[in-house]
Amino acid sequence: MLILECPYCGVTGEETEFHGGGEAHIKRFGPGSSDDDFHDYLFTRENPFGVHFERWRHVSGCGKWFHAARCTKTLEVFGTYSAQTTEPPSDLRAAISDKRPGWTWREFS
Amino acid sequence: MKRYSAFAIAREAARYHSGWERAWRSPEPKRKYDVIIVGAGGHGLATAYYLGKNFGITNVAVIEKGWLGGGNTGRNTTIIRSNYLQDPSAAIYEKSRSLYETMSQDLNYNVMFSPRGVIMLAQTHHEVRGYQRTAHANALQGVTTEFITPQKVKELVPIINLAGPRYPVLGGLWQARGGTARHDAVAWGYARACSDMGMDIIQKCEVTGVRRDGGRVAGVDTTKGPIDCDKLGIVVAGHSGVLADMAGFRLPIESVALQALVSEPIKPCMDVVVMANTVHGYMSQSDKGEMVIGGGADGYNNYTQRGSFHHIEETVRALIETFPMVSRLKMLRQWGGIVDMTGDRSPILSKTPVDGVFINCGWGTGGFKAIPGSGWGMAELIAKGRSPLTDAFSLDRFKEGRFIDESVAAGVAH
Repeated sequence: MLILECPYCGVTGEETEFHGGGEAHIKRFGPGSSDDDFHDYLFTRENPFGVHFERWRHVSGCGKWFHAARCTKTLEVFGTYSAQTTEPPSDLRAAISDKRPGWTWREFS
Repeated sequence: MKRYSAFAIAREAARYHSGWERAWRSPEPKRKYDVIIVGAGGHGLATAYYLGKNFGITNVAVIEKGWLGGGNTGRNTTIIRSNYLQDPSAAIYEKSRSLYETMSQDLNYNVMFSPRGVIMLAQTHHEVRGYQRTAHANALQGVTTEFITPQKVKELVPIINLAGPRYPVLGGLWQARGGTARHDAVAWGYARACSDMGMDIIQKCEVTGVRRDGGRVAGVDTTKGPIDCDKLGIVVAGHSGVLADMAGFRLPIESVALQALVSEPIKPCMDVVVMANTVHGYMSQSDKGEMVIGGGADGYNNYTQRGSFHHIEETVRALIETFPMVSRLKMLRQWGGIVDMTGDRSPILSKTPVDGVFINCGWGTGGFKAIPGSGWGMAELIAKGRSPLTDAFSLDRFKEGRFIDESVAAGVAH
């Protein structure tokens, strides 16, 4: 059972209080983009064995979307952060590096 | 290989069972093979078996990180059916189901195939319409299924409660020739037959990298050293993304945990498989008498091979309304497996951007039923470069918009 903290209302709850929303920080490719970019945007997903960044929603609470950094190998939650950003905050990335030296995820490390 | 038979049992009984051979060899890897299959689960071993049987390619190694059949092959709920909606799915799943019928004779290994029949319960009006549509589609595809009334459901499953206040049983999609088989035996039977053809099954050997020469595969690096190959088949289910990353391409797949549980053994009470997709639960009774219960998948990426406790609660809570007797059962054990989900809930059997690398993945929550058909098609794909069974399941179907949408047949539960 995951334990997540909502960065908006500050509530710490079990995963049943939240709902997973898939991969975080996906850049939209719309009309005018190349077929390959559009395909990757629609279908290709990161599926890492280790550090992963996701969107979650506090459905049974404040209802807000937020981001979470998590390990798919151990289910450890590294931290949660605001949805109003296009990349993981640097302090969280540094905290992950302490625990998982050498981690990479898309262009981040 | 000595054949298994009634005579063999009598012969061994007369000499204190001293003459049984090991079912398969455990060799050290050779320097080079024509074909390497990564993953010694059902699909990988079936691929190797049909490469040898149908195409005479026997210089094959099957490499496995853990032990043979220790992944999803040993973790599923052993249901076999072919009542899918789309034509390409019906073709491969029906091929698979028909191969299960003769598998024990073909492999000389008792896989305990039990064509006891599978019912998918319709518990909402939406499901009634959906399953009637599937029954019509199956009639056109030559797959024998039937939409049956609640009274017929009650005749087949006396322990069922039709009049659940929240989810009444409004009918069911009945496939009389579906059923179950012993999942471990399927892997063991294929492994024994592969080993007998001279193939090497190398367990406890993890692939750590895929070596390329230009745009073509040259071999794999493993914990037992590098091994060369002409062709490489990646058949690793939940870890497909990890292997694809090593080979240098990406997949439209996410890995999640799917879990199941079994009850204490009880006397025979239900001789068909019942699936209730609205409430995310499905149940059958094993030969030992345990009720085998499959539940829902976790809603987030996960490689831990264990499920969440609240999913068990949801599954059992839902089943209690439809099967009131479940409320008195003690549950014995629970486990999870990592399933590889695609967007359209159909598998990927395909060439890849790397020449000589083929991938068989994306079976999601329902791979066990497909093992022989998947192996049959995958072997043809590797041997000849294309196969009528697998053409529709290619990796480029997403880019081309040729989805094989099976979210009704496969999206919830198996």
